[in-house]
Amino acid sequence: MSGFSFQIDGVEVTAKPGQTIMEAADEVGIYIPRLCDHEGLRHQGGCRVCTVKAGGRSVAACTQPAAPDLVVENETPHINKLRRDLVGMLFNEGNHLCPICEASGNCELQAMAYRLGMTEPTKFPYLEPCRPVDASHPDIALDNNRCISCGRCVRASQDVDGKGIFGYVGRGIHRHIAANGPDLRHTDAEVTDFAISAEVCPVGCIIRKREGFARPIGERDYDDHLIGYDIEKKRDE
Amino acid sequence: MAEPRLIEISPVTRVEGHGKVTIHLDKDGMVDEARLHIVEFRGFERFIHGRLLWEVPVIVQRLCGICPVSHHLAAAKAMDVICGVDQLPHTAEKMRRLMHYGQVMQSHVLHFFHLAAPDLLFGFDAPADRRNIFEVLREKPELGRRAIMMRKFGQDIIEATAGKKIHGTAAIPGGINRNLPIETRDGFLKTVAEMQDWALDALALARDYTLDHAEMVGGFAAFPSKYMSLVREGDGALDLYHGNLRMIDAEGGTIFDQLPYDRYHEVLVEDVRSWSYMKFPFIKEIGPDTGWYRVGPLARMNTVSLIDTPLANAAREELMAAHGTVKVHAVLANHWARMIEVLHCVEKITELLHDPDLQGTDLKATGDRREEGIGVIEAPRGNLIHHYKVDENDQVTYCNLIVSTTHNNEGMNRAVKDVAVKHISGQPEITEGMLNHVEVAIRAYDPCLSCATHALGQMPLEVELLDAAGQTLDKRARAT
Repeated sequence: MSGFSFQIDGVEVTAKPGQTIMEAADEVGIYIPRLCDHEGLRHQGGCRVCTVKAGGRSVAACTQPAAPDLVVENETPHINKLRRDLVGMLFNEGNHLCPICEASGNCELQAMAYRLGMTEPTKFPYLEPCRPVDASHPDIALDNNRCISCGRCVRASQDVDGKGIFGYVGRGIHRHIAANGPDLRHTDAEVTDFAISAEVCPVGCIIRKREGFARPIGERDYDDHLIGYDIEKKRDE
Repeated sequence: MAEPRLIEISPVTRVEGHGKVTIHLDKDGMVDEARLHIVEFRGFERFIHGRLLWEVPVIVQRLCGICPVSHHLAAAKAMDVICGVDQLPHTAEKMRRLMHYGQVMQSHVLHFFHLAAPDLLFGFDAPADRRNIFEVLREKPELGRRAIMMRKFGQDIIEATAGKKIHGTAAIPGGINRNLPIETRDGFLKTVAEMQDWALDALALARDYTLDHAEMVGGFAAFPSKYMSLVREGDGALDLYHGNLRMIDAEGGTIFDQLPYDRYHEVLVEDVRSWSYMKFPFIKEIGPDTGWYRVGPLARMNTVSLIDTPLANAAREELMAAHGTVKVHAVLANHWARMIEVLHCVEKITELLHDPDLQGTDLKATGDRREEGIGVIEAPRGNLIHHYKVDENDQVTYCNLIVSTTHNNEGMNRAVKDVAVKHISGQPEITEGMLNHVEVAIRAYDPCLSCATHALGQMPLEVELLDAAGQTLDKRARAT
């Protein structure tokens, strides 16, 4: 089957068979917000921030295959409100103290909040969990207060590093990511693992020790551009 | 016969943070007791536990929005020690110094013009609705404009060195994360000369006020005390960023001198009292009753041997000569001292802007990890001590902060009582202006109340159960 076309917000998009809506959108420079999805990792469809309306149904753009003549709504007030609420709940579920977080400026959750216009605290109650910091590893620390359970580290460790350092434990609201051992020191995690790299954890949960604030304000990923800029600039090229 | 009365000034205005004053009058209307209470609680000493060492300079500076740079740098200095760095690269130290001079300048300008000037210009008894910066701007627009522009200059220096005007992130353990680009430096060089002219004018204003009101200033909460500050190693010059501790008595006699600040705990201890979240430091050997001391701009003028910038040094000599005593004890002379330091900061900023080290690229040093680190700096309001212990996982296990306002706790309480006795005792009617006198005394110390309240778990708490008639039914107390 050869390529086919479908529409995103009225723009004609050409897709290859098997491509997801997000993959096809990325290629033509249409950014669909996402947090749990990351280039080079298998799609998960977990965070639902990439929710779009396709043929009238709400679907995750990172896992939903594109189809001929499909009509997709992406940047609508209704969908962005939904996304903003999802992001707001992520903030309220953990302890995301941007002013003192070393990921501030590089954080995808924070950048997404800015992109979606989250300019004030959400209406949801703060759960204010008390989660210990695992700093037992000489080069890596894990601050689960900032984890959004996107699972990118789980997939990176399993699929790319072939180690399985991280996994999910617990059920329901208690489900969270944990090291595969009593603590991080007792795993075979190394700071050179892809799962530990700056690009995998979208927030400040996985910490490479001693980096801290070495990268100054003004030189951080989202200091000058909204998240998604790298994809959207393709439309101007 | 009248009943004993309690007068409460709450909140104390035009200071940073929340505090209140209580004045107890006996049945004859005489002041029985007067206290400054710090009613808010911050607790940074405790909730920093478990955080990672490189986060500390960024977290603890959130104590304050006026002088966060002081906490940022004091914590960074402590973390330098913990990271085994005893000597920063030249660029790193000079960038930090530039940041600090910008900070001291903007904080002093804020204090003098925005907080204290309404009292000085319009009088302590002026109507309350006149005693604010907007009236200063209305009646003396050029002075008000300069106040805003001088503060802006200091804030711009902070932004260029720290990344943000408030709560920057530049000081990292072992160094700094940026240098000063040439184009930024050139921008400052265009305006720094004007800042020096304005600093000289502000100094003249503070000096003239003090001299023109010499009798009032000399009798307003003016009492002798001991003084402490950092001084430069060797010559004992004023050094706001680094040095050793010097403590003198009221006559200028040495109590200790050139004491490395990581030995502060050998000479100072802190007392806690049930009615305040703020601790009371004192000299260990002398004890709490007479071992208290003061810090801040006037304390620095008293302790240092000289100032290493010519204009500020001449101004200090004039201050000391004008008072005719070995040391200056008048609390309102703090304003004069503050403006000398603004001039000093502008002179130091000018010197640094011409230093090519600020464009260097060697920004960070490393060393062998240690478990404990102490960083001390002279903040705008006075000496500031940060003391941390960090475990093998890089997590903080201990934190002790002695901030300027804490050092001055006993002095402020004595000032409150002194003014209350002189201006309120025996008065048939207590006016708002009389109560403002008490606030003027507190304000002269430029207290930062929110910086100072961390005594979690150390206060001697007392709980009383009262019946409807106010009779005590039960009482529980926890000693320290």
